[in-house]
Amino acid sequence: MQYNKRYIFHYLVQVFILAAYLVFTCSTVVAQDHENHNHPSIDSTHSVESTSQTHDATAHASESHGEEKVDAGKLIMEHIADAHDWHIATIGHTHISIPLPIIIKDNAGIKIFLSSKFDHGHATYQGYRLEEGKLIAVNEDGSINQEANFYDLSITKNVASMLISVILLCWIMFSVAASYTNNKGKAPKGLANLIEMAIIFIRDEVAKPSIGSKYAKFLPYLLTIFFFIFINNLFGLIPIFPGGANVTGNIAITLVLAIFTFVITSINGNKSYWGHIFMPPGVPKALWILLVPIEIIGMLNKPIVLMIRLFANITAGHIIILGFFSLIFIFGAMNQGLGLGVSVLSVAFTVFMNFLELLVAFLQAYVFTLLSALYFGSAVEEHHHEEHH
Amino acid sequence: MELVKPGLGLIFWMTITFSIVLFILSKFAWKPILNSIREREDSINSALNAAEDARKQMSALQADNEKLLNQARAEREVMLKEAQEMKEHIIAQAKKTADEEGQKLIAKANASIESAKINAMNELKTQVAVLSVDLAEKVLRKKMENRAEQEAFVNENLKSITLN
Repeated sequence: MQYNKRYIFHYLVQVFILAAYLVFTCSTVVAQDHENHNHPSIDSTHSVESTSQTHDATAHASESHGEEKVDAGKLIMEHIADAHDWHIATIGHTHISIPLPIIIKDNAGIKIFLSSKFDHGHATYQGYRLEEGKLIAVNEDGSINQEANFYDLSITKNVASMLISVILLCWIMFSVAASYTNNKGKAPKGLANLIEMAIIFIRDEVAKPSIGSKYAKFLPYLLTIFFFIFINNLFGLIPIFPGGANVTGNIAITLVLAIFTFVITSINGNKSYWGHIFMPPGVPKALWILLVPIEIIGMLNKPIVLMIRLFANITAGHIIILGFFSLIFIFGAMNQGLGLGVSVLSVAFTVFMNFLELLVAFLQAYVFTLLSALYFGSAVEEHHHEEHH
Repeated sequence: MELVKPGLGLIFWMTITFSIVLFILSKFAWKPILNSIREREDSINSALNAAEDARKQMSALQADNEKLLNQARAEREVMLKEAQEMKEHIIAQAKKTADEEGQKLIAKANASIESAKINAMNELKTQVAVLSVDLAEKVLRKKMENRAEQEAFVNENLKSITLN
């Protein structure tokens, strides 16, 4: 088969990244356990050296309302999850964050206001409150209203970050397009040169070999997802505003991307594509009862795999980096010197991880694009020979 | 588990944003960029093809030139050879004519020498005869001064003439 090498490569990359993900997830869990295990000792030191601890504690460690315990798991989850305001730093007990618009659609209509009205979860506004970063409806007396039926359509941190990256992406591509029209027939220069390299790579190495002669129809979509994922992956690596959000590491984002690929595949699926799913050729009709469900699962499996792969890879990268930083505070809480010692190691590993993440940012955009292209290829492929089966 | 629960708001905004981005980029970015790239590739290809054609034409021209040159060279060879032959021929002809003329002249000269010789001989003979007659006259005159001797001589001569 033509794609054997590519499949093996993907498989290896997946296995590698999954392994890395598992190892580091385990290590974070271990770190959490370890930290839980040490709770009493931390609390005891807290009571003894509370004054020095207060000064040692840095922005993140003291987030939990002045408590000295370091909850690495919670910290990491807060950082990789979506949020209703764009947190930049916490100095002492003052949170510095950019308020984002809250949009709620409920029975009363659409409510739009800034997230600063919630005062970082301390206040209730128009019958809603932030609880652990989630929007919840509350009754007049302050109790949680479980029956409330509302849709949270807020411009969250991920939405805002995505909008910024998308505007940047459009601006880059428009300027490149303009440079092509101004520079007609000449060699590309500057940014256009860089972008053209990627465009030609997607066209010649991804679209053409995977899809075949009908590649031109899918090329705009493939280019869009490639650059969309790539730029959002890169934005995710920037630690503070305008980055800091975990857009491509959010399952909602990857879900929508995967659904787009699935819908385009299904719309363009030709007779032989659907025939292979609902009437597998070359097998006795009795086996269809068994094969058709398998084929349908296989068809649905493709976008699910796309969704999970991108989400897991990017989230894993963020977790690893945050895990390394958490180690500093976990050890720092035990002993100041130990924390300083670990910080050297953590920073070194984080630098390494950041380089790896740069590679992963490209690789995952490439893999998502390539697999989408392969799915499109299978949808439009004409089967002439029965020997494929 | 919060991590793997897709948020409704995010799905909503992502779908809208991505659709718009896909549409805008496809229409205003990918289309012109891909068209320009294709056009440029086509123009590069055609330029390369044209260059290749020009190279072929050039080499064909060069081959033609070479052929012409060779032809000219061969023609020159032939002409030179012909000229050489003609020269030799002319020289030979000239030599032959000269020889013949010479022979003729020599023959003429010989003939005139011969005739001159014969004339000279004849003249000499006449002279000799005249001289001999003169001498003989003088001798006879001297001898025939007396009558006796004249008679003796006539007798003697008469004796030698035998009449038969």
